[in-house]
Amino acid sequence: MTDDLIARLAADLRPVRPKAMQRLLIGATVLSTLVAIVAMNMWLGMRPDMDTAMATMNFWTKFSYTLTMALLGGVATLALARPDGRIRWPWYVALGLLGALVILAFVQLARAEPDEMMPLIVGGTSMVCPWRIVLLGLPILFGALIALRRFAPRNPTLAGFAAGIMAGGAGAWVYSFACAETGMMFLVLWYTLGILIVGVIGAVLGRFLLRW
Amino acid sequence: MQTDPTETRLRGLMLASLDGDAAAYRMLLAELGRHLRPYFTRRLTPAFASHAEDLVQETLLAIHTRRMTYDRNRPFTAWLHAVAHHKFVDHVRRQSIRLTVPLEDDAPIFAHDDSADALARRDLDAVLDSVPARTGDLIRRTKVDGASVAEAAAAHGISETAAKVSIHRGLKSLAARFAGGAK
Repeated sequence: MTDDLIARLAADLRPVRPKAMQRLLIGATVLSTLVAIVAMNMWLGMRPDMDTAMATMNFWTKFSYTLTMALLGGVATLALARPDGRIRWPWYVALGLLGALVILAFVQLARAEPDEMMPLIVGGTSMVCPWRIVLLGLPILFGALIALRRFAPRNPTLAGFAAGIMAGGAGAWVYSFACAETGMMFLVLWYTLGILIVGVIGAVLGRFLLRW
Repeated sequence: MQTDPTETRLRGLMLASLDGDAAAYRMLLAELGRHLRPYFTRRLTPAFASHAEDLVQETLLAIHTRRMTYDRNRPFTAWLHAVAHHKFVDHVRRQSIRLTVPLEDDAPIFAHDDSADALARRDLDAVLDSVPARTGDLIRRTKVDGASVAEAAAAHGISETAAKVSIHRGLKSLAARFAGGAK
């Protein structure tokens, strides 16, 4: 019986390219991020002051914070998608990055006039920002989960969470081109919240979809 | 890195399998099956010992469908152990079996293997079968049974030089096939 199985498996053998896992996950993520970019353009459109924003540090802070979160989530996902996968450092780096951003946010607030404080924290879109990030992150999460279903995560919940952080980071990165908020504290609070929500959705979906 | 001969051999077979070598793959799966059976039997209570065969098959199937997740630069036996452990825990959860061993028991699959000697002989036969019969016999006589090259050459009625060349070529082709590639 087992011999039959072995014969069948050997007959079914097809070569696996080196880095096949990386190719599959990166391919799925890039493709679904393109979907999110198209969706963002049709739904929200680029921020109107794009030209001037490109010259501000705030734009690039949002740009690099979200992109770094996506990359850290991606690195964690790749490690955690293996049966013997364990990884910690991306979480520590992400927390360190968030901590540094909190400090920068307080510096910005300390320099601001009292009546500028609230716009820097809540802005005009804090109630919609996290949800827009979630909506833009979801297609990316689905793309990543489709790839992940072919892997073998040691802990499906944790792998799903990592994929969610990657997708949330990428979704937030896409959203940063549409969002005209300038407050650091806004970024710390509402962007991070959006990314975390996608992470939690990823964990819940991973728990059920990534069993093997 | 790893110097354990089992690790080296199995990893070589796995790397060849990932490149599409069906013969190496069949050898690998057959040997893993022999190692996994006692591994699972030890972990199940006697009442559930009959589940061991199912677990072996599930694990072999998982090795097949998830082989992409093996990182070529890392120890193969660690990956294998993780897959087998995962399948065992999953099986126990589904069947709600009472365990005889704690789940976190990390005893290696290859800790002891009573049939290692017989296995080695079988593997040797399988490996030597892959070179021409006369070359294989020359290698066995000189390298395993301890005969001199002259004696081995005489047994086949060829010159000593021809025997030396034949042995050298045979070993070289075996090394190319089974050494698992130089780093």
